[in-house]
Amino acid sequence: MASTDQGVTSPTRARIDARTLRQDRWWLAPLTTFVVFSAFVVYATVRAFMGRDYYASPYLSPFYSPCLGDCVEGASDFGQPFAWFPLSAALIILIFPLGFRMTCYYYRKAYYRAFWLSPPACGVAEPHQSYSGETRLPLVLQNVHRYFWYAAVLVGLVLTFDVFLAFRPMPAEYAVGDGETSGIHMGLGTLLMIINVVLIWLYTLSCHSCRHVVGGRLRHFSKHPVRYRLWTWVSRLNTSHGRWAWYSLFSVALVDLYIFLLATGTIQDVRFF
Amino acid sequence: MSYTLKLRIWRGDKEGGEVKDFPVEVSEGEVVLDAIHRVQATQAGDLAVRWNCKAGKCGSCSAEVNGRPRLMCMCRLSDFEEDETITVTPMRAFPVIRDLVTDVLFNYEKAKELPSAQLGPRDADGKRRMAQIDVERGQEFRKCIECFLCQDVCHVVRDHEDNKEAFAGPRFFLRYAELDMHPLDTHDRRELAQGAAGLGMCNITKCCTEVCPEGIKITDNAIIPMKERVVDRKYDPLVWLGNKIGLRNKDDAGRTEV
Repeated sequence: MASTDQGVTSPTRARIDARTLRQDRWWLAPLTTFVVFSAFVVYATVRAFMGRDYYASPYLSPFYSPCLGDCVEGASDFGQPFAWFPLSAALIILIFPLGFRMTCYYYRKAYYRAFWLSPPACGVAEPHQSYSGETRLPLVLQNVHRYFWYAAVLVGLVLTFDVFLAFRPMPAEYAVGDGETSGIHMGLGTLLMIINVVLIWLYTLSCHSCRHVVGGRLRHFSKHPVRYRLWTWVSRLNTSHGRWAWYSLFSVALVDLYIFLLATGTIQDVRFF
Repeated sequence: MSYTLKLRIWRGDKEGGEVKDFPVEVSEGEVVLDAIHRVQATQAGDLAVRWNCKAGKCGSCSAEVNGRPRLMCMCRLSDFEEDETITVTPMRAFPVIRDLVTDVLFNYEKAKELPSAQLGPRDADGKRRMAQIDVERGQEFRKCIECFLCQDVCHVVRDHEDNKEAFAGPRFFLRYAELDMHPLDTHDRRELAQGAAGLGMCNITKCCTEVCPEGIKITDNAIIPMKERVVDRKYDPLVWLGNKIGLRNKDDAGRTEV
Protein backbone atom coordinates (compact mmCIF):
# COMPACT_ATOMS: atom_id res chain seq x y z
CA MET A 1 0.00 0.00 0.00
CA ALA A 2 1.41 3.39 -0.90
CA SER A 3 1.89 5.97 1.77
CA THR A 4 -0.35 8.98 2.05
CA ASP A 5 0.32 12.51 0.90
CA GLN A 6 1.73 13.15 4.36
CA GLY A 7 4.64 10.82 3.83
CA VAL A 8 7.35 10.09 1.29
CA THR A 9 4.99 10.98 -1.55
CA SER A 10 4.03 14.36 -0.09
CA PRO A 11 4.35 17.30 -2.49
CA THR A 12 7.69 18.75 -1.40
CA ARG A 13 9.62 15.46 -1.47
CA ALA A 14 11.47 13.95 -4.41
CA ARG A 15 8.76 12.41 -6.58
CA ILE A 16 9.19 8.66 -6.29
CA ASP A 17 6.13 6.45 -6.35
CA ALA A 18 7.56 3.36 -4.66
CA ARG A 19 6.99 3.15 -0.90
CA THR A 20 10.53 1.84 -0.65
CA LEU A 21 13.45 1.25 -2.99
CA ARG A 22 14.98 -1.36 -0.71
CA GLN A 23 15.88 -4.51 -2.61
CA ASP A 24 16.91 -6.70 0.32
CA ARG A 25 14.52 -9.00 2.15
CA TRP A 26 13.46 -6.31 4.62
CA TRP A 27 10.18 -8.12 5.26
CA LEU A 28 11.88 -11.22 6.67
CA ALA A 29 12.66 -9.88 10.16
CA PRO A 30 9.17 -8.46 10.89
CA LEU A 31 7.54 -11.57 9.40
CA THR A 32 9.64 -13.86 11.61
CA THR A 33 8.80 -11.76 14.66
CA PHE A 34 5.12 -11.84 13.74
CA VAL A 35 5.03 -15.61 13.33
CA VAL A 36 7.05 -16.46 16.45
CA PHE A 37 5.33 -13.98 18.75
CA SER A 38 1.91 -15.05 17.48
CA ALA A 39 2.76 -18.70 18.07
CA PHE A 40 3.91 -17.90 21.59
CA VAL A 41 0.77 -15.88 22.34
CA VAL A 42 -1.44 -18.71 21.11
CA TYR A 43 0.50 -21.32 23.09
CA ALA A 44 0.65 -19.20 26.26
CA THR A 45 -3.04 -18.33 26.06
CA VAL A 46 -4.07 -21.96 25.67
CA ARG A 47 -1.83 -23.05 28.52
CA ALA A 48 -2.86 -20.19 30.79
CA PHE A 49 -6.56 -20.95 30.38
CA MET A 50 -6.18 -24.73 30.70
CA GLY A 51 -5.83 -24.58 34.47
CA ARG A 52 -4.37 -28.09 34.67
CA ASP A 53 -1.23 -30.12 33.93
CA TYR A 54 1.03 -27.39 35.26
CA TYR A 55 2.55 -29.31 38.14
CA ALA A 56 4.57 -32.48 37.98
CA SER A 57 6.20 -32.75 41.38
CA PRO A 58 8.68 -31.29 42.02
CA TYR A 59 8.33 -29.12 38.92
CA LEU A 60 5.95 -26.16 38.71
CA SER A 61 5.36 -24.47 35.36
CA PRO A 62 6.61 -20.86 35.21
CA PHE A 63 3.24 -19.85 33.78
CA TYR A 64 1.64 -20.78 37.10
CA SER A 65 4.31 -19.68 39.56
CA PRO A 66 3.59 -18.58 42.22
CA CYS A 67 0.39 -20.60 42.20
CA LEU A 68 -1.93 -18.42 44.26
CA GLY A 69 -5.33 -19.71 43.14
CA ASP A 70 -7.10 -22.99 43.71
CA CYS A 71 -4.03 -24.99 42.72
CA VAL A 72 -3.28 -28.69 42.87
CA GLU A 73 -1.67 -30.11 45.98
CA GLY A 74 2.01 -29.30 46.34
CA ALA A 75 1.97 -26.44 43.80
CA SER A 76 1.19 -23.60 46.20
CA ASP A 77 4.36 -22.71 48.04
CA PHE A 78 3.06 -19.26 48.90
CA GLY A 79 -0.44 -20.20 50.04
CA GLN A 80 -3.69 -19.79 48.14
CA PRO A 81 -4.91 -16.24 48.88
CA PHE A 82 -6.92 -16.31 45.64
CA ALA A 83 -8.46 -19.73 46.12
CA TRP A 84 -11.84 -18.16 45.37
CA PHE A 85 -10.69 -17.15 41.87
CA PRO A 86 -12.91 -19.11 39.49
CA LEU A 87 -10.57 -19.17 36.47
CA SER A 88 -7.11 -20.56 35.94
CA ALA A 89 -4.51 -19.60 38.56
CA ALA A 90 -2.12 -18.59 35.78
CA LEU A 91 -4.29 -15.57 35.00
CA ILE A 92 -3.63 -14.13 38.47
CA ILE A 93 0.11 -14.02 38.01
CA LEU A 94 0.71 -13.86 34.26
CA ILE A 95 -0.35 -10.23 34.07
CA PHE A 96 3.01 -9.24 35.58
CA PRO A 97 5.42 -10.96 33.19
CA LEU A 98 3.02 -10.17 30.36
CA GLY A 99 2.96 -6.48 31.31
CA PHE A 100 6.73 -6.47 31.68
CA ARG A 101 7.23 -7.82 28.18
CA MET A 102 4.46 -5.75 26.58
CA THR A 103 5.98 -2.51 27.89
CA CYS A 104 9.60 -3.61 27.34
CA TYR A 105 11.58 -1.27 25.11
CA TYR A 106 12.81 -4.18 23.00
CA TYR A 107 9.41 -5.81 22.55
CA ARG A 108 7.89 -2.45 21.73
CA LYS A 109 10.31 -2.08 18.87
CA ALA A 110 9.59 -5.63 17.72
CA TYR A 111 5.81 -5.51 17.80
CA TYR A 112 5.47 -1.94 16.54
CA ARG A 113 7.38 -3.12 13.50
CA ALA A 114 5.93 -6.60 13.06
CA PHE A 115 2.32 -6.15 14.12
CA TRP A 116 1.57 -2.47 13.65
CA LEU A 117 3.94 -1.89 10.68
CA SER A 118 4.94 1.40 12.19
CA PRO A 119 7.28 1.18 10.35
CA PRO A 120 7.61 -2.39 9.02
CA ALA A 121 11.32 -1.77 8.39
CA CYS A 122 13.67 1.20 8.15
CA GLY A 123 13.05 3.24 5.03
CA VAL A 124 9.80 1.40 4.25
CA ALA A 125 6.76 3.66 4.39
CA GLU A 126 4.17 2.74 6.96
CA PRO A 127 0.54 2.38 5.86
CA HIS A 128 -1.03 4.59 8.54
CA GLN A 129 -2.60 7.96 7.81
CA SER A 130 -1.71 9.55 11.11
CA TYR A 131 0.63 8.89 13.96
CA SER A 132 0.83 10.12 17.54
CA GLY A 133 3.36 7.67 18.97
CA GLU A 134 3.23 7.09 22.69
CA THR A 135 1.70 10.42 23.58
CA ARG A 136 -1.91 9.33 24.12
CA LEU A 137 -3.89 6.60 25.79
CA PRO A 138 -3.40 3.69 25.66
CA LEU A 139 0.24 3.87 24.52
CA VAL A 140 1.21 6.56 27.02
CA LEU A 141 0.85 3.75 29.57
CA GLN A 142 4.08 2.27 28.22
CA ASN A 143 5.68 4.66 30.70
CA VAL A 144 4.77 2.32 33.59
CA HIS A 145 7.44 -0.13 32.43
CA ARG A 146 9.56 0.32 35.55
CA TYR A 147 6.69 -0.82 37.77
CA PHE A 148 6.40 -4.01 35.78
CA TRP A 149 10.15 -4.35 36.18
CA TYR A 150 9.77 -4.21 39.97
CA ALA A 151 7.16 -6.97 39.68
CA ALA A 152 9.39 -8.93 37.31
CA VAL A 153 12.15 -8.94 39.89
CA LEU A 154 9.75 -10.55 42.39
CA VAL A 155 8.63 -13.08 39.79
CA GLY A 156 12.30 -13.80 39.06
CA LEU A 157 12.91 -14.48 42.75
CA VAL A 158 9.95 -16.86 42.86
CA LEU A 159 11.19 -18.71 39.76
CA THR A 160 14.61 -18.98 41.37
CA PHE A 161 12.97 -20.49 44.46
CA ASP A 162 11.19 -22.94 42.15
CA VAL A 163 14.54 -24.07 40.81
CA PHE A 164 15.68 -24.98 44.31
CA LEU A 165 12.43 -26.86 44.81
CA ALA A 166 13.08 -28.70 41.57
CA PHE A 167 15.94 -30.48 43.31
CA ARG A 168 13.53 -32.05 45.75
CA PRO A 169 13.09 -35.81 45.66
CA MET A 170 10.38 -36.92 43.32
CA PRO A 171 7.31 -38.56 44.84
CA ALA A 172 6.92 -42.29 44.83
CA GLU A 173 4.65 -42.44 41.80
CA TYR A 174 7.35 -40.91 39.60
CA ALA A 175 10.12 -43.14 40.95
CA VAL A 176 11.51 -45.54 38.43
CA GLY A 177 14.01 -47.33 40.64
CA ASP A 178 14.89 -48.12 44.21
CA GLY A 179 15.83 -45.26 46.52
CA GLU A 180 14.79 -42.52 44.11
CA THR A 181 12.37 -40.91 46.48
CA SER A 182 14.97 -39.88 49.02
CA GLY A 183 17.75 -37.31 48.95
CA ILE A 184 18.03 -34.58 46.33
CA HIS A 185 17.13 -35.19 42.73
CA MET A 186 18.05 -33.65 39.48
CA GLY A 187 16.35 -34.32 36.20
CA LEU A 188 16.07 -32.78 32.78
CA GLY A 189 13.27 -30.65 34.19
CA THR A 190 15.62 -29.21 36.82
CA LEU A 191 18.19 -28.43 34.15
CA LEU A 192 15.62 -26.74 31.92
CA MET A 193 14.39 -24.70 34.88
CA ILE A 194 17.95 -23.60 35.69
CA ILE A 195 18.54 -22.50 32.10
CA ASN A 196 15.20 -20.75 32.08
CA VAL A 197 15.79 -18.84 35.30
CA VAL A 198 19.26 -17.74 34.16
CA LEU A 199 17.78 -16.42 30.92
CA ILE A 200 14.90 -14.77 32.80
CA TRP A 201 17.40 -12.99 35.07
CA LEU A 202 19.56 -11.93 32.13
CA TYR A 203 16.46 -10.51 30.48
CA THR A 204 15.20 -8.85 33.67
CA LEU A 205 18.53 -7.35 34.71
CA SER A 206 19.37 -6.11 31.21
CA CYS A 207 16.15 -4.06 31.14
CA HIS A 208 16.47 -0.39 30.21
CA SER A 209 14.46 0.63 33.29
CA CYS A 210 16.83 -1.40 35.48
CA ARG A 211 19.72 0.42 33.83
CA HIS A 212 18.08 3.73 34.68
CA VAL A 213 17.22 2.77 38.25
CA VAL A 214 20.62 1.42 39.22
CA GLY A 215 22.54 4.43 37.99
CA GLY A 216 21.45 5.77 34.63
CA ARG A 217 19.37 8.51 36.19
CA LEU A 218 22.41 10.05 37.85
CA ARG A 219 24.25 13.05 36.46
CA HIS A 220 27.36 12.55 38.57
CA PHE A 221 28.76 9.05 38.20
CA SER A 222 31.85 10.24 40.01
CA LYS A 223 29.89 10.82 43.22
CA HIS A 224 28.28 7.36 43.19
CA PRO A 225 31.01 4.80 42.46
CA VAL A 226 28.96 1.75 43.48
CA ARG A 227 25.96 2.73 41.37
CA TYR A 228 28.29 3.60 38.52
CA ARG A 229 29.81 0.11 38.72
CA LEU A 230 26.32 -1.44 38.72
CA TRP A 231 25.35 0.73 35.77
CA THR A 232 28.34 -0.45 33.76
CA TRP A 233 27.39 -4.09 34.44
CA VAL A 234 23.76 -3.56 33.50
CA SER A 235 24.87 -1.56 30.43
CA ARG A 236 26.94 -4.51 29.28
CA LEU A 237 23.95 -6.84 29.63
CA ASN A 238 21.69 -4.26 28.07
CA THR A 239 23.45 -4.41 24.71
CA SER A 240 21.97 -7.91 24.32
CA HIS A 241 18.57 -7.18 25.82
CA GLY A 242 16.77 -8.24 22.64
CA ARG A 243 18.64 -11.53 22.56
CA TRP A 244 17.71 -12.31 26.18
CA ALA A 245 14.11 -11.36 25.37
CA TRP A 246 13.99 -14.02 22.63
CA TYR A 247 15.90 -16.73 24.46
CA SER A 248 13.86 -16.37 27.64
CA LEU A 249 10.64 -16.44 25.61
CA PHE A 250 11.64 -19.81 24.18
CA SER A 251 12.93 -21.17 27.48
CA VAL A 252 9.81 -20.31 29.44
CA ALA A 253 7.61 -22.00 26.82
CA LEU A 254 9.91 -25.02 26.70
CA VAL A 255 9.87 -25.51 30.48
CA ASP A 256 6.10 -25.26 30.51
CA LEU A 257 5.83 -27.74 27.63
CA TYR A 258 8.14 -30.20 29.37
CA ILE A 259 6.12 -30.02 32.59
CA PHE A 260 2.88 -30.35 30.63
CA LEU A 261 4.18 -33.53 28.97
CA LEU A 262 5.28 -34.88 32.36
CA ALA A 263 1.99 -34.01 34.03
CA THR A 264 -0.06 -35.66 31.31
CA GLY A 265 2.12 -38.76 31.51
CA THR A 266 3.23 -38.42 27.89
CA ILE A 267 6.90 -38.64 28.85
CA GLN A 268 8.98 -39.64 31.86
CA ASP A 269 11.45 -37.24 33.44
CA VAL A 270 15.05 -37.88 32.44
CA ARG A 271 16.82 -38.44 35.77
CA PHE A 272 20.44 -37.43 36.24
CA PHE A 273 20.58 -38.53 39.90
CA MET B 1 39.78 -4.13 -12.22
CA SER B 2 37.11 -1.89 -13.60
CA TYR B 3 33.59 -2.69 -14.68
CA THR B 4 30.49 -0.89 -15.82
CA LEU B 5 28.22 -0.16 -12.88
CA LYS B 6 24.48 -0.16 -13.51
CA LEU B 7 23.83 3.11 -11.72
CA ARG B 8 20.44 4.84 -11.50
CA ILE B 9 20.11 8.36 -10.13
CA TRP B 10 17.01 10.37 -9.30
CA ARG B 11 17.04 13.56 -11.32
CA GLY B 12 14.58 16.36 -10.91
CA ASP B 13 13.42 19.13 -8.61
CA LYS B 14 10.35 20.06 -6.57
CA GLU B 15 8.25 20.14 -9.74
CA GLY B 16 8.95 16.48 -10.44
CA GLY B 17 11.59 14.06 -11.53
CA GLU B 18 12.45 10.46 -12.20
CA VAL B 19 15.11 7.83 -11.74
CA LYS B 20 17.40 7.71 -14.80
CA ASP B 21 20.04 5.21 -15.90
CA PHE B 22 23.69 6.27 -15.86
CA PRO B 23 25.88 3.28 -16.65
CA VAL B 24 29.35 4.29 -15.53
CA GLU B 25 32.83 2.82 -15.42
CA VAL B 26 34.04 2.21 -11.85
CA SER B 27 37.16 0.68 -10.33
CA GLU B 28 37.98 -1.53 -7.40
CA GLY B 29 37.96 0.26 -4.06
CA GLU B 30 35.59 3.02 -5.11
CA VAL B 31 32.52 4.24 -3.28
CA VAL B 32 29.13 5.41 -4.51
CA LEU B 33 30.20 9.05 -4.33
CA ASP B 34 33.10 8.31 -6.72
CA ALA B 35 30.63 6.89 -9.23
CA ILE B 36 28.36 9.92 -8.81
CA HIS B 37 31.31 12.25 -9.42
CA ARG B 38 32.26 10.31 -12.55
CA VAL B 39 28.73 10.65 -13.89
CA GLN B 40 28.92 14.36 -13.12
CA ALA B 41 32.24 14.65 -14.97
CA THR B 42 31.35 12.57 -18.01
CA GLN B 43 27.60 12.40 -18.53
CA ALA B 44 25.65 14.95 -16.53
CA GLY B 45 27.61 18.09 -15.74
CA ASP B 46 24.59 19.69 -14.11
CA LEU B 47 23.96 16.84 -11.63
CA ALA B 48 23.44 18.44 -8.22
CA VAL B 49 25.09 16.65 -5.31
CA ARG B 50 26.20 17.93 -1.91
CA TRP B 51 29.54 16.61 -0.69
CA ASN B 52 32.65 17.79 1.07
CA CYS B 53 35.16 15.67 2.97
CA LYS B 54 34.82 12.24 1.27
CA ALA B 55 35.84 10.69 4.58
CA GLY B 56 32.60 10.22 6.49
CA LYS B 57 33.22 13.13 8.81
CA CYS B 58 31.40 16.13 7.38
CA GLY B 59 27.94 14.59 6.99
CA SER B 60 27.26 16.31 3.66
CA CYS B 61 26.74 13.51 1.16
CA SER B 62 23.68 11.93 2.80
CA ALA B 63 21.41 10.21 0.32
CA GLU B 64 19.56 6.93 -0.09
CA VAL B 65 21.27 4.02 -1.78
CA ASN B 66 18.87 1.26 -2.77
CA GLY B 67 16.35 2.78 -0.40
CA ARG B 68 18.65 2.87 2.61
CA PRO B 69 19.87 6.15 4.07
CA ARG B 70 23.66 6.20 3.66
CA LEU B 71 26.62 8.52 3.38
CA MET B 72 27.59 8.09 -0.28
CA CYS B 73 31.28 8.47 0.58
CA MET B 74 31.12 5.56 3.02
CA CYS B 75 29.10 3.26 0.79
CA ARG B 76 31.56 0.85 -0.84
CA LEU B 77 30.76 -0.52 -4.27
CA SER B 78 32.38 -3.78 -3.20
CA ASP B 79 29.39 -4.30 -0.88
CA PHE B 80 27.28 -4.89 -4.00
CA GLU B 81 27.50 -7.50 -6.73
CA GLU B 82 29.09 -6.18 -9.94
CA ASP B 83 25.92 -6.91 -11.92
CA GLU B 84 23.67 -5.33 -9.29
CA THR B 85 21.80 -2.15 -10.11
CA ILE B 86 22.39 0.63 -7.59
CA THR B 87 19.72 3.29 -7.26
CA VAL B 88 20.66 6.60 -5.62
CA THR B 89 17.96 9.04 -4.57
CA PRO B 90 17.90 12.12 -2.37
CA MET B 91 16.78 11.76 1.25
CA ARG B 92 13.05 11.24 1.13
CA ALA B 93 12.09 12.90 4.42
CA PHE B 94 13.13 16.42 3.39
CA PRO B 95 11.98 18.76 0.62
CA VAL B 96 14.00 18.22 -2.54
CA ILE B 97 15.89 21.14 -4.07
CA ARG B 98 17.42 19.46 -7.09
CA ASP B 99 18.68 15.98 -7.94
CA LEU B 100 20.39 14.60 -4.83
CA VAL B 101 20.27 17.82 -2.84
CA THR B 102 17.57 18.30 -0.22
CA ASP B 103 16.60 21.20 2.00
CA VAL B 104 17.55 20.19 5.56
CA LEU B 105 16.45 23.48 7.11
CA PHE B 106 14.03 21.54 9.36
CA ASN B 107 16.98 20.31 11.40
CA TYR B 108 18.45 23.75 11.94
CA GLU B 109 15.08 25.10 13.01
CA LYS B 110 14.84 22.31 15.57
CA ALA B 111 18.38 23.04 16.78
CA LYS B 112 17.37 26.62 17.51
CA GLU B 113 14.56 25.43 19.79
CA LEU B 114 16.97 23.57 22.05
CA PRO B 115 18.35 25.67 24.93
CA SER B 116 22.13 25.41 25.06
CA ALA B 117 24.10 24.44 28.15
CA GLN B 118 23.82 26.80 31.10
CA LEU B 119 26.74 26.13 33.39
CA GLY B 120 26.73 26.87 37.12
CA PRO B 121 29.19 29.13 38.94
CA ARG B 122 32.93 28.47 38.70
CA ASP B 123 35.00 27.05 41.51
CA ALA B 124 36.92 29.44 43.80
CA ASP B 125 39.98 29.26 41.55
CA GLY B 126 37.96 30.30 38.54
CA LYS B 127 37.85 26.84 36.97
CA ARG B 128 35.12 24.33 36.35
CA ARG B 129 35.73 20.67 37.06
CA MET B 130 34.23 17.45 35.81
CA ALA B 131 35.41 13.97 36.71
CA GLN B 132 36.72 11.88 33.83
CA ILE B 133 33.91 9.28 34.01
CA ASP B 134 31.34 12.07 33.76
CA VAL B 135 33.14 13.51 30.74
CA GLU B 136 33.31 10.12 29.04
CA ARG B 137 29.59 9.53 29.23
CA GLY B 138 28.80 12.30 26.74
CA GLN B 139 31.62 11.55 24.32
CA GLU B 140 29.58 9.07 22.32
CA PHE B 141 26.97 11.74 21.64
CA ARG B 142 29.58 14.21 20.49
CA LYS B 143 30.57 11.90 17.65
CA CYS B 144 27.44 13.06 15.80
CA ILE B 145 28.42 14.61 12.44
CA GLU B 146 24.92 15.95 11.74
CA CYS B 147 24.44 14.03 8.52
CA PHE B 148 20.74 13.87 9.44
CA LEU B 149 20.36 10.31 8.22
CA CYS B 150 18.63 9.50 11.52
CA GLN B 151 16.23 12.36 10.93
CA ASP B 152 15.66 11.11 7.39
CA VAL B 153 14.87 7.52 8.35
CA CYS B 154 12.70 8.35 11.36
CA HIS B 155 9.20 7.34 10.32
CA VAL B 156 7.62 9.91 12.66
CA VAL B 157 8.47 12.67 10.19
CA ARG B 158 9.41 10.66 7.11
CA ASP B 159 5.91 9.21 6.86
CA HIS B 160 4.04 12.07 8.51
CA GLU B 161 4.93 15.55 7.29
CA ASP B 162 2.42 17.02 9.75
CA ASN B 163 4.50 15.79 12.70
CA LYS B 164 7.47 17.97 11.82
CA GLU B 165 6.20 20.86 13.87
CA ALA B 166 5.86 18.82 17.04
CA PHE B 167 8.84 16.48 16.71
CA ALA B 168 12.53 17.34 16.99
CA GLY B 169 13.87 13.95 15.92
CA PRO B 170 16.61 11.56 17.05
CA ARG B 171 19.54 13.88 16.43
CA PHE B 172 18.12 16.34 18.92
CA PHE B 173 17.04 13.74 21.46
CA LEU B 174 20.71 12.86 21.43
CA ARG B 175 21.49 16.44 22.33
CA TYR B 176 18.77 16.56 24.99
CA ALA B 177 20.22 13.43 26.58
CA GLU B 178 23.76 14.73 26.44
CA LEU B 179 22.81 17.94 28.22
CA ASP B 180 20.54 16.21 30.72
CA MET B 181 23.44 13.95 31.71
CA HIS B 182 25.87 16.86 31.90
CA PRO B 183 26.96 17.27 35.54
CA LEU B 184 27.49 21.02 35.29
CA ASP B 185 24.43 22.05 33.30
CA THR B 186 21.76 23.80 35.33
CA HIS B 187 18.82 23.44 32.95
CA ASP B 188 16.17 20.79 33.41
CA ARG B 189 15.01 19.91 29.91
CA ARG B 190 12.81 16.93 30.68
CA GLU B 191 9.50 18.75 30.34
CA LEU B 192 10.71 20.46 27.18
CA ALA B 193 11.89 17.16 25.69
CA GLN B 194 8.53 15.52 26.24
CA GLY B 195 6.44 18.56 25.34
CA ALA B 196 7.93 20.80 22.69
CA ALA B 197 10.39 18.27 21.26
CA GLY B 198 7.87 15.43 21.10
CA LEU B 199 9.94 12.69 22.72
CA GLY B 200 6.72 10.77 23.42
CA MET B 201 6.10 10.40 19.70
CA CYS B 202 9.17 8.22 19.33
CA ASN B 203 8.17 4.56 19.39
CA ILE B 204 11.79 3.39 19.69
CA THR B 205 11.83 1.32 16.52
CA LYS B 206 15.57 1.95 16.35
CA CYS B 207 15.98 2.91 12.69
CA CYS B 208 18.01 5.95 13.77
CA THR B 209 20.53 3.62 15.40
CA GLU B 210 20.58 1.34 12.35
CA VAL B 211 21.55 4.11 9.94
CA CYS B 212 23.97 6.13 12.09
CA PRO B 213 27.31 6.17 10.22
CA GLU B 214 29.12 6.96 13.47
CA GLY B 215 27.66 3.92 15.20
CA ILE B 216 26.09 5.95 17.99
CA LYS B 217 23.58 3.90 19.98
CA ILE B 218 21.02 6.66 19.70
CA THR B 219 18.06 4.65 20.97
CA ASP B 220 19.66 2.71 23.81
CA ASN B 221 22.00 5.38 25.12
CA ALA B 222 20.09 8.60 24.45
CA ILE B 223 16.39 8.23 23.64
CA ILE B 224 15.46 5.51 26.13
CA PRO B 225 17.47 7.06 29.00
CA MET B 226 15.79 10.36 28.16
CA LYS B 227 12.38 8.69 28.16
CA GLU B 228 13.16 7.21 31.58
CA ARG B 229 14.15 10.65 32.84
CA VAL B 230 10.85 12.01 31.58
CA VAL B 231 9.06 9.22 33.45
CA ASP B 232 10.86 10.41 36.61
CA ARG B 233 9.60 13.90 35.97
CA LYS B 234 6.05 13.21 34.78
CA TYR B 235 4.75 9.70 35.23
CA ASP B 236 6.21 8.08 38.33
CA PRO B 237 4.24 8.77 41.55
CA LEU B 238 6.90 7.13 43.73
CA VAL B 239 9.59 9.47 42.42
CA TRP B 240 7.29 12.41 43.04
CA LEU B 241 6.59 11.23 46.59
CA GLY B 242 10.28 10.55 47.21
CA ASN B 243 11.13 14.07 46.14
CA LYS B 244 8.38 15.54 48.35
CA ILE B 245 9.44 13.77 51.53
CA GLY B 246 13.15 14.13 50.87
CA LEU B 247 13.94 10.44 50.35
CA ARG B 248 15.06 10.94 46.79
CA ASN B 249 18.68 11.23 45.86
CA LYS B 250 19.54 14.89 45.24
CA ASP B 251 21.81 14.19 42.31
CA ASP B 252 19.80 16.40 39.99
CA ALA B 253 19.09 19.17 42.50
CA GLY B 254 19.80 22.78 41.57
CA ARG B 255 18.40 22.61 38.06
CA THR B 256 15.83 24.99 36.69
CA GLU B 257 13.15 23.84 34.31
CA VAL B 258 13.26 25.48 30.89
